[in-house]
Amino acid sequence: MLRLLQIEFIKLWNNNASKVLILAYFALILCMALIAAIKFDIGPIQFHVAEQGIFNFPYIWHLNTWIAGGLKLFLAIIIVSMMANEYSNKTLKQNLIDGLSKKEFIASKFLTVLVFSVFSTIFVFVVSLVLGLLYSDYTEISIVLSDLEYLLAYLVKLIGFFSFCLFLGILVKRSAFALGFLILWFAMENLGIRFLVWWLAGKEASVSVMKFLPLESMSNLIKEPVTRFKAVQSMAQQVGEEFTKDYAVHFYELLVVGCWTGIFVYLSYVLLKIRDL
Amino acid sequence: METILSVNKLTKKFGYLTAVKDLSFNIEKGNVYGILGPNGSGKSTTLGIVLNVVNSSGGEFSWFGGTLSTHKALKKVGAIIERPNFYPYLTAIENLKLVCKIKEVSEDKIEEKLELVGLLDRKNSKFRTFSLGMKQRLAIASALLNDPSILILDEPTNGLDPQGIHQIREIIKKIAGQGTTILLASHLLDEVEKVCSHVIILRQGEKLYSGPVDGMLRSHGFFELKSADNKNLVSYLGQHASFGSIKQENGLVTAFLKEELEAPTLNQDLFNNGIILSHLVKRKESLEEQFLSLTNHTNH
Repeated sequence: MLRLLQIEFIKLWNNNASKVLILAYFALILCMALIAAIKFDIGPIQFHVAEQGIFNFPYIWHLNTWIAGGLKLFLAIIIVSMMANEYSNKTLKQNLIDGLSKKEFIASKFLTVLVFSVFSTIFVFVVSLVLGLLYSDYTEISIVLSDLEYLLAYLVKLIGFFSFCLFLGILVKRSAFALGFLILWFAMENLGIRFLVWWLAGKEASVSVMKFLPLESMSNLIKEPVTRFKAVQSMAQQVGEEFTKDYAVHFYELLVVGCWTGIFVYLSYVLLKIRDL
Repeated sequence: METILSVNKLTKKFGYLTAVKDLSFNIEKGNVYGILGPNGSGKSTTLGIVLNVVNSSGGEFSWFGGTLSTHKALKKVGAIIERPNFYPYLTAIENLKLVCKIKEVSEDKIEEKLELVGLLDRKNSKFRTFSLGMKQRLAIASALLNDPSILILDEPTNGLDPQGIHQIREIIKKIAGQGTTILLASHLLDEVEKVCSHVIILRQGEKLYSGPVDGMLRSHGFFELKSADNKNLVSYLGQHASFGSIKQENGLVTAFLKEELEAPTLNQDLFNNGIILSHLVKRKESLEEQFLSLTNHTNH
């Protein structure tokens, strides 16, 4: 296993483009801390974001995993291209001839995805912990450590999404087209299937079908936290709206994404196996 | 004798096209094999199948007597297929380190092999800066990293300039001289003739011949003759039981043997019959002539 990771490390780390993107990704996560520095000071109106309670434990786990989730597209580019480049450089063929089995090849890519996801989760954890300790109104251990399931959801979400990218890279073989396909797929889920089912079987059926589609189930793992924020809620109440939304992470949602991960990795292997190079 | 690779009734279909048809052969340790065939005769496809990058449609093959799985066996094989494929952004040495990791061999031999192919002074240059000849030499160095039991080369001199071709051939000869088993696919016959002891000849995916280079045709060779009176010579040869077809070109008579006949015997014979030769050469067909006659005779 270590050997497979080392192989992938040599391939990725010596490529300047991937190196810059990887570093940029982690730098951007770090930049979440900059939200804390946002301050409006316009005469009588003084507004300091960090003091509005957005960094309160345990809310911060939800907010930060949600924001960091948006950055995953950066790593998606790397993952798609590390797969597609093996095709365009024909190095996949050479790797197999040199004695890497097709299983090992997929395993080395998937392990890389795991490592990226785990690192990203740890990074988000550390950044959030530090921000929280600096700005949170509550710092009791029991509160700090509650709602940590958002981090688990974040990890599962990343693994699922990157596995999808891996699969697209193998399927399409060209990084630019694979990324295009990703956007196309997103549109298909959100416009095509959502409204097709809506039209055929009504709104409720559409909502329940959407829960099981790959990209939608991944983005559903961590629901948007903005309406949960107290300031936003009180603002909404003033205009007579009320949000009654379920923000929790559910086990079956994790399971759906887990299943998709398995399906994508397996399909990648099958594609590799049946294709002639 | 130890069998390195054994191929049994291998078949590969691409849709309606059959690229390889019921192909069987064995590769024994210590020999240098050439796979010959015109373009599109299934050479690369066959190699692709045994190297785990093309799926076969039928038949089987086994490495080292079937004791190892294909990808484990490939770690003991060195192979170069068509074009050198490396990571363009890695240096020569980084690329070779990667291959060492895949093949699970130590990195000690990298410098030695780079030295062998004459790339030691460019070891820290990126692969994309290499010329085609250098890329091909790097590929050979990479294939040799594990001191392979067999070296497989597919058209190793394709697209190279004369100097590059010469360098690659010298390297191949050097390796063959060390007793490494080599399987060389090529359509360049002189290339094969110079280094191979055995040949496998393919045409449209079918095997026409496999065995030692010498035994390719049941041919006894031919005579090239010239005499002041060629007409008389041709009519005499036409009646001679040992000769088959006789050709006459630019005053040179070429007579193909049906059975063994020594040059002195023929000379004596002709002299006794009043035909005096000004030119007498007994020759065997070159590999090229044998190959062409084999592939043409079976033309459907």
